[in-house]
Amino acid sequence: MKIGLTSVFVDDQPHARRFYTEVLGFQIKHDIPLGEASWLTVVSPEDPEGTELLLEPSGHPAVKPYRDALMEDGIPLAQFQVEDVAAEHERLTGLNVQFTQSPTDIRTAVIAVFDDTCGNLIQLVATKESAGE
Amino acid sequence: MADIYRALADATRRVLLDELAAGEGKTLFELCGALTMQHGLSMSRQAVSQHLAVLEEAGLVTTERRGRSKFHYFTPEPLAEIQRRWPHERTPS
Repeated sequence: MKIGLTSVFVDDQPHARRFYTEVLGFQIKHDIPLGEASWLTVVSPEDPEGTELLLEPSGHPAVKPYRDALMEDGIPLAQFQVEDVAAEHERLTGLNVQFTQSPTDIRTAVIAVFDDTCGNLIQLVATKESAGE
Repeated sequence: MADIYRALADATRRVLLDELAAGEGKTLFELCGALTMQHGLSMSRQAVSQHLAVLEEAGLVTTERRGRSKFHYFTPEPLAEIQRRWPHERTPS
Protein backbone atom coordinates (compact mmCIF):
# COMPACT_ATOMS: atom_id res chain seq x y z
CA MET A 1 0.00 0.00 0.00
CA LYS A 2 1.19 3.53 -0.66
CA ILE A 3 -0.19 7.02 -0.41
CA GLY A 4 -1.04 8.21 -3.92
CA LEU A 5 -3.16 11.23 -3.11
CA THR A 6 -4.00 13.37 -0.16
CA SER A 7 -6.08 16.52 0.04
CA VAL A 8 -6.53 19.96 1.50
CA PHE A 9 -9.76 21.94 1.42
CA VAL A 10 -9.59 25.23 -0.44
CA ASP A 11 -12.01 28.16 -0.32
CA ASP A 12 -11.84 28.91 -4.01
CA GLN A 13 -10.47 26.51 -6.60
CA PRO A 14 -9.38 29.04 -9.26
CA HIS A 15 -7.54 31.02 -6.59
CA ALA A 16 -6.02 27.86 -5.11
CA ARG A 17 -4.91 26.77 -8.55
CA ARG A 18 -3.00 30.05 -8.97
CA PHE A 19 -1.49 29.99 -5.50
CA TYR A 20 -0.39 26.38 -5.61
CA THR A 21 1.14 26.69 -9.09
CA GLU A 22 2.34 30.30 -9.47
CA VAL A 23 3.40 30.94 -5.88
CA LEU A 24 4.34 27.52 -4.53
CA GLY A 25 5.52 26.15 -7.87
CA PHE A 26 3.54 22.91 -8.12
CA GLN A 27 2.13 21.75 -11.46
CA ILE A 28 -1.39 20.68 -12.37
CA LYS A 29 -1.75 16.93 -12.72
CA HIS A 30 -5.51 16.61 -13.22
CA ASP A 31 -8.17 19.21 -13.82
CA ILE A 32 -11.40 17.35 -14.54
CA PRO A 33 -14.64 19.39 -14.47
CA LEU A 34 -17.21 17.90 -12.11
CA GLY A 35 -20.29 20.10 -12.12
CA GLU A 36 -19.45 23.40 -10.43
CA ALA A 37 -16.07 22.24 -9.20
CA SER A 38 -13.16 20.28 -10.61
CA TRP A 39 -11.15 17.27 -9.65
CA LEU A 40 -8.05 19.43 -9.32
CA THR A 41 -4.76 17.89 -8.28
CA VAL A 42 -1.20 19.19 -8.21
CA VAL A 43 2.17 17.48 -8.01
CA SER A 44 5.70 18.66 -7.39
CA PRO A 45 7.80 19.24 -10.54
CA GLU A 46 10.55 17.47 -8.58
CA ASP A 47 8.37 14.33 -8.46
CA PRO A 48 5.65 14.52 -11.15
CA GLU A 49 4.70 10.88 -10.69
CA GLY A 50 4.68 11.24 -6.91
CA THR A 51 1.93 11.92 -4.40
CA GLU A 52 -0.85 14.15 -5.72
CA LEU A 53 -2.45 16.85 -3.64
CA LEU A 54 -6.16 17.28 -4.26
CA LEU A 55 -7.42 20.85 -3.89
CA GLU A 56 -10.89 20.06 -2.69
CA PRO A 57 -13.75 22.60 -2.43
CA SER A 58 -14.48 23.59 1.17
CA GLY A 59 -18.25 23.81 0.81
CA HIS A 60 -19.19 21.13 3.35
CA PRO A 61 -20.54 22.83 6.51
CA ALA A 62 -18.18 20.88 8.78
CA VAL A 63 -15.10 22.26 7.05
CA LYS A 64 -15.24 25.87 8.23
CA PRO A 65 -15.40 25.29 12.01
CA TYR A 66 -12.78 22.56 11.72
CA ARG A 67 -10.33 24.71 9.80
CA ASP A 68 -11.05 27.91 11.76
CA ALA A 69 -10.19 26.17 15.03
CA LEU A 70 -6.92 24.77 13.66
CA MET A 71 -6.01 28.08 12.05
CA GLU A 72 -6.59 29.92 15.35
CA ASP A 73 -4.14 27.63 17.16
CA GLY A 74 -1.59 27.80 14.34
CA ILE A 75 -1.85 24.11 13.46
CA PRO A 76 -0.80 23.20 9.90
CA LEU A 77 -2.92 20.85 7.80
CA ALA A 78 -0.21 19.67 5.43
CA GLN A 79 3.54 19.52 5.33
CA PHE A 80 5.76 20.15 2.32
CA GLN A 81 9.41 19.19 2.11
CA VAL A 82 11.99 21.71 0.95
CA GLU A 83 15.79 21.78 0.76
CA ASP A 84 16.19 25.04 2.65
CA VAL A 85 13.43 26.48 4.82
CA ALA A 86 15.14 29.86 5.30
CA ALA A 87 15.48 30.33 1.53
CA GLU A 88 11.83 29.38 0.92
CA HIS A 89 10.74 31.69 3.73
CA GLU A 90 12.60 34.55 2.06
CA ARG A 91 11.26 33.72 -1.40
CA LEU A 92 7.64 33.37 -0.23
CA THR A 93 7.78 36.43 2.03
CA GLY A 94 8.89 38.35 -1.06
CA LEU A 95 5.67 37.16 -2.72
CA ASN A 96 3.61 38.49 0.24
CA VAL A 97 2.96 35.10 1.78
CA GLN A 98 2.28 35.45 5.51
CA PHE A 99 4.09 33.17 7.93
CA THR A 100 2.63 32.33 11.36
CA GLN A 101 5.91 30.73 12.39
CA SER A 102 9.32 31.89 11.20
CA PRO A 103 11.97 29.27 10.39
CA THR A 104 12.57 27.35 13.61
CA ASP A 105 15.30 24.84 14.31
CA ILE A 106 13.79 21.85 16.11
CA ARG A 107 17.10 19.91 16.20
CA THR A 108 16.04 17.13 13.80
CA ALA A 109 14.69 19.57 11.21
CA VAL A 110 13.98 23.19 10.42
CA ILE A 111 10.32 24.09 10.13
CA ALA A 112 8.18 27.13 9.33
CA VAL A 113 4.42 27.64 8.91
CA PHE A 114 2.63 29.81 6.36
CA ASP A 115 -0.92 30.71 5.37
CA ASP A 116 -1.84 29.28 1.95
CA THR A 117 -4.53 31.99 1.43
CA CYS A 118 -7.01 29.17 0.75
CA GLY A 119 -7.92 28.59 4.42
CA ASN A 120 -5.02 26.40 5.56
CA LEU A 121 -1.74 26.66 7.36
CA ILE A 122 1.06 24.67 5.72
CA GLN A 123 4.28 23.57 7.35
CA LEU A 124 7.56 23.64 5.48
CA VAL A 125 10.14 21.17 6.69
CA ALA A 126 13.76 20.51 5.84
CA THR A 127 14.95 17.39 7.59
CA LYS A 128 18.56 17.46 8.67
CA GLU A 129 20.53 14.73 6.94
CA SER A 130 22.27 13.56 10.07
CA ALA A 131 19.00 13.29 11.98
CA GLY A 132 16.98 10.12 12.21
CA GLU A 133 19.53 7.94 10.44
CA MET B 1 -6.68 40.04 38.33
CA ALA B 2 -5.80 36.42 38.98
CA ASP B 3 -2.94 35.51 41.24
CA ILE B 4 0.49 35.98 39.63
CA TYR B 5 2.06 33.80 42.34
CA ARG B 6 -0.08 30.84 41.36
CA ALA B 7 0.65 31.52 37.71
CA LEU B 8 4.40 31.49 38.35
CA ALA B 9 4.32 28.47 40.66
CA ASP B 10 4.46 25.95 37.85
CA ALA B 11 7.62 24.97 35.96
CA THR B 12 5.84 24.53 32.62
CA ARG B 13 4.29 27.98 32.87
CA ARG B 14 7.69 29.49 33.64
CA VAL B 15 9.11 27.80 30.52
CA LEU B 16 6.21 29.18 28.47
CA LEU B 17 7.07 32.67 29.74
CA ASP B 18 10.74 32.08 28.83
CA GLU B 19 9.69 31.14 25.30
CA LEU B 20 7.42 34.16 24.94
CA ALA B 21 9.88 36.59 26.55
CA ALA B 22 12.51 35.46 24.04
CA GLY B 23 10.78 36.80 20.98
CA GLU B 24 7.83 37.62 18.83
CA GLY B 25 4.27 36.39 19.27
CA LYS B 26 3.80 32.65 19.09
CA THR B 27 0.87 30.40 18.22
CA LEU B 28 -0.22 27.48 20.39
CA PHE B 29 1.29 25.17 17.77
CA GLU B 30 4.69 26.86 17.96
CA LEU B 31 4.68 26.83 21.77
CA CYS B 32 3.80 23.13 21.88
CA GLY B 33 6.64 22.42 19.46
CA ALA B 34 9.10 24.41 21.57
CA LEU B 35 8.06 22.62 24.78
CA THR B 36 8.50 19.22 23.15
CA MET B 37 11.59 19.80 21.04
CA GLN B 38 13.58 22.34 23.08
CA HIS B 39 12.54 21.51 26.64
CA GLY B 40 11.65 17.81 26.54
CA LEU B 41 8.22 18.60 27.98
CA SER B 42 5.70 16.49 26.16
CA MET B 43 2.08 17.26 26.90
CA SER B 44 -1.20 17.61 25.08
CA ARG B 45 -2.07 20.82 23.27
CA GLN B 46 -5.06 21.06 25.56
CA ALA B 47 -2.81 21.04 28.64
CA VAL B 48 -0.61 23.76 27.13
CA SER B 49 -3.71 25.75 26.29
CA GLN B 50 -4.86 25.53 29.92
CA HIS B 51 -1.45 26.73 31.19
CA LEU B 52 -1.66 29.67 28.79
CA ALA B 53 -5.14 30.48 30.10
CA VAL B 54 -3.78 30.72 33.67
CA LEU B 55 -0.99 33.03 32.50
CA GLU B 56 -3.47 35.13 30.56
CA GLU B 57 -5.78 35.43 33.59
CA ALA B 58 -2.83 36.66 35.64
CA GLY B 59 -2.09 39.28 32.99
CA LEU B 60 1.31 37.80 32.17
CA VAL B 61 0.26 36.79 28.67
CA THR B 62 -1.90 38.66 26.20
CA THR B 63 -3.19 37.39 22.90
CA GLU B 64 -3.63 39.15 19.62
CA ARG B 65 -5.20 37.98 16.39
CA ARG B 66 -3.14 38.43 13.26
CA GLY B 67 -5.01 37.24 10.23
CA ARG B 68 -6.98 34.23 11.44
CA SER B 69 -4.43 32.98 13.95
CA LYS B 70 -3.99 33.82 17.61
CA PHE B 71 -0.57 34.91 18.88
CA HIS B 72 0.59 34.97 22.49
CA TYR B 73 2.82 37.69 23.94
CA PHE B 74 4.58 38.07 27.31
CA THR B 75 3.43 41.10 29.29
CA PRO B 76 5.74 41.63 32.29
CA GLU B 77 3.82 44.53 33.90
CA PRO B 78 2.11 42.44 36.64
CA LEU B 79 5.57 41.41 37.89
CA ALA B 80 6.01 44.98 39.20
CA GLU B 81 3.66 43.92 42.01
CA ILE B 82 6.47 41.81 43.48
CA GLN B 83 8.86 44.76 43.52
CA ARG B 84 6.21 47.03 45.04
CA ARG B 85 5.38 44.54 47.77
CA TRP B 86 8.94 43.72 48.73
CA PRO B 87 10.97 46.74 47.65
CA HIS B 88 14.55 45.94 47.00
CA GLU B 89 16.92 48.79 47.78
CA ARG B 90 20.15 48.53 45.89
CA THR B 91 23.15 49.34 48.04
CA PRO B 92 25.57 51.66 46.26
CA SER B 93 28.77 49.83 45.49
